[in-house]
Amino acid sequence: MQPDGQDAGPARTATIEAFADTIVPGAKRSPDDRAVAGADPTGGAVAAGALELLEQPGGGLAEALDSLYYTLNDHAVGYAATHGLTLDDDVPAFVALSFEHRTALVRELTAPEHPEKQMWVALALFSNMAFDSAAHISTTEALAAGHPGLLGIGYFRPDADGLSRFPQYSYGRALAPIHPQTTAAGDPT
Amino acid sequence: MTTATESTDIVVVGSGFGGAIAAYHLAAGGARVVVLERGPWLRAEEFDHDYKLGSSYTRVFDFVVGDGMSVLGGNCVGGGSVVYFATMPRAPRFVFERQGSIGRRMWPASIGRDSLDPWYDRVVEALPVTQQSWDRVPYAGGLFAAACAHAGRTANPPPSAVDVDECVNCNWMMAGCRFDAKRSLLLNYLPGALAHGAEIRPLHEVQRLTRNDDGGYRVHYRVVDAEDYRILHESDAIDAKLVVLAAGAGATPVILQRSAAALGPMPHAVGRYFSGNGERLNTAVFDEDRVREVLGLSRPGGQAYAAYQIGRGPTVASWDRLDGRLPEYERFSLEQLYFPPGLGTILAQVPGATGPSWFGVQKKEMLRRWQSWLTVFTMSEDDNEGVFGPPPETGNAHRLSMQMLGDGPLRYRPTPNTWRGWSLADAEVKEILERDGLARVAPWTNDLVGAYTVHPLASCRIGDDPATSALDDRHELRGHPGIFVTDGSAVPGALTVNPALTIAALAERAMPGMVRAAQERGVAVRYGAPGPGAGAAARVPTAQPA
Repeated sequence: MQPDGQDAGPARTATIEAFADTIVPGAKRSPDDRAVAGADPTGGAVAAGALELLEQPGGGLAEALDSLYYTLNDHAVGYAATHGLTLDDDVPAFVALSFEHRTALVRELTAPEHPEKQMWVALALFSNMAFDSAAHISTTEALAAGHPGLLGIGYFRPDADGLSRFPQYSYGRALAPIHPQTTAAGDPT
Repeated sequence: MTTATESTDIVVVGSGFGGAIAAYHLAAGGARVVVLERGPWLRAEEFDHDYKLGSSYTRVFDFVVGDGMSVLGGNCVGGGSVVYFATMPRAPRFVFERQGSIGRRMWPASIGRDSLDPWYDRVVEALPVTQQSWDRVPYAGGLFAAACAHAGRTANPPPSAVDVDECVNCNWMMAGCRFDAKRSLLLNYLPGALAHGAEIRPLHEVQRLTRNDDGGYRVHYRVVDAEDYRILHESDAIDAKLVVLAAGAGATPVILQRSAAALGPMPHAVGRYFSGNGERLNTAVFDEDRVREVLGLSRPGGQAYAAYQIGRGPTVASWDRLDGRLPEYERFSLEQLYFPPGLGTILAQVPGATGPSWFGVQKKEMLRRWQSWLTVFTMSEDDNEGVFGPPPETGNAHRLSMQMLGDGPLRYRPTPNTWRGWSLADAEVKEILERDGLARVAPWTNDLVGAYTVHPLASCRIGDDPATSALDDRHELRGHPGIFVTDGSAVPGALTVNPALTIAALAERAMPGMVRAAQERGVAVRYGAPGPGAGAAARVPTAQPA
């Protein structure tokens, strides 16, 4: 699907969401959610805020999102042709691909030999960062709001002042013999 | 010739170990010293526990993606010491005898472990570095130690520049230590330098040097925007009789390359022989039941481990393969390590993945078990195969994000020698951690951003052979008298251990010679100041210079 130059917003959003969802898959937001494939039952990169992070001017990819949207859909059209797939043209081409085919295409685009690898890796990096660290909002705010990534990885909540402290941190005993050549100061010889 | 707006005796470029130690000794000896640091100047109170873009985590930390090698480093007053994990072992004796691929000893004949030990001692006292005890090793280190012992190996808590009495084991070291438990340069050498009149100017990025008629140098810089590092403000310059370059191994050679047009040809080794310290990471996912059953470990509350987030970086190392009798490229150390989210999960691969290994459904399943992760850090002997291409227009990278992320001109193609060390280390990690079903482990992928290092070295190195070293054994740039280099770029090659103490010891060792060179250039300076002291009261003033 090519942009018509009028309102690329929803199509662009759906395309980038579908890419982010391929990196960290999540649950569909509604039964008719097309961008999120629903390959995992809990919130993924999209629910974690991948679009919000990618659209922040400070991140560096915001200005490239139009180009990434066009190019990704071009690749999806080419991929579909190569694999004899017929795409539903109600949605952008990449969104029309199944999760398995999205995954296969992302593997191709991020492979070391792909000429555009760097930009697809950057898009993947930010998608993942939205999930594992909520880099678009403060960490305390993210935890308070039930951020699916930070909660999903089991991140321990900080103290009330937003700082982490772990008074219990050690098994408290020697658990291995030290190297016999260790110096008196504790260095290797 | 136009006159620069100002002049001083000595300009120090960069405020990490190489720059801070030089600034301290030169200022304490009576010289007028200006330190130009391209990153911001943050106080402990500004070191956030926050992953948000724009927090201290992204302000003080730089991630430069190259072609085959990505470099992580400090970008702030205090440099690497603010963001590093403060593990401070001395380099083993065999390291100084390495030949690498040049067919002769890489290190100058005048430097070995014995001759460096007195300089190590100085840094150990100044920071200070302390021995660590088992009873205060965090869970992750204890788990690694127990796994090593179970596999018939030894394990050591290495010396550290963390004051454990002050440490809360928050594992936020890479964003700067909020509690001043980490003995960064903000607590010793830099306040010492300031007390002796040195001036530190943050957000000043040096671009190039030119030579003045009097034999001194003009140091050209741009002022970096405090929030969006992609924006550079005014240009200016400062004249100095002697220049100390300590911008880090990812930046020092770039400044010199850009200066070649005005200064004349650089030594061949400027921007060559870069080493990533042979670094590589493996991530293991532990089976909590097996940790309890096989290793007999349990935490208060009943869990066996599930404490990846708790601790203070690496606290236990395996030194069994630091054996000088082994052939070069087969020696390495392993350290248990915490790598924070943000950058620390994307490259980890799913052990035994049947689909994509670094993203997708199986990766998300692995992320759910994040608290049962253990990352193991390899430091081996690489082949100094990194080469810098033409410099970018400014700085050492084209900045993508407002902070932290950019792409730079470093090219690195690991040789079979480097791969030998990595493969042996991967196998050793697997042998230790997968024994009796304790964990499943896989190395991080090199397919996305190449190899990666948090300890860039050797891109402007010392040596006795002019063909393969940029600096003589006094750290002076060959053919360009009055330019000294004291950062990690001066270290000849991979050290098989964390390099900060060695970088610092080499800087201390270079100081008497540098003071003599300054005297010969008419600077009123003498050598012999005692260490800067390490009292808790010593710290960088909160007010920044106007």
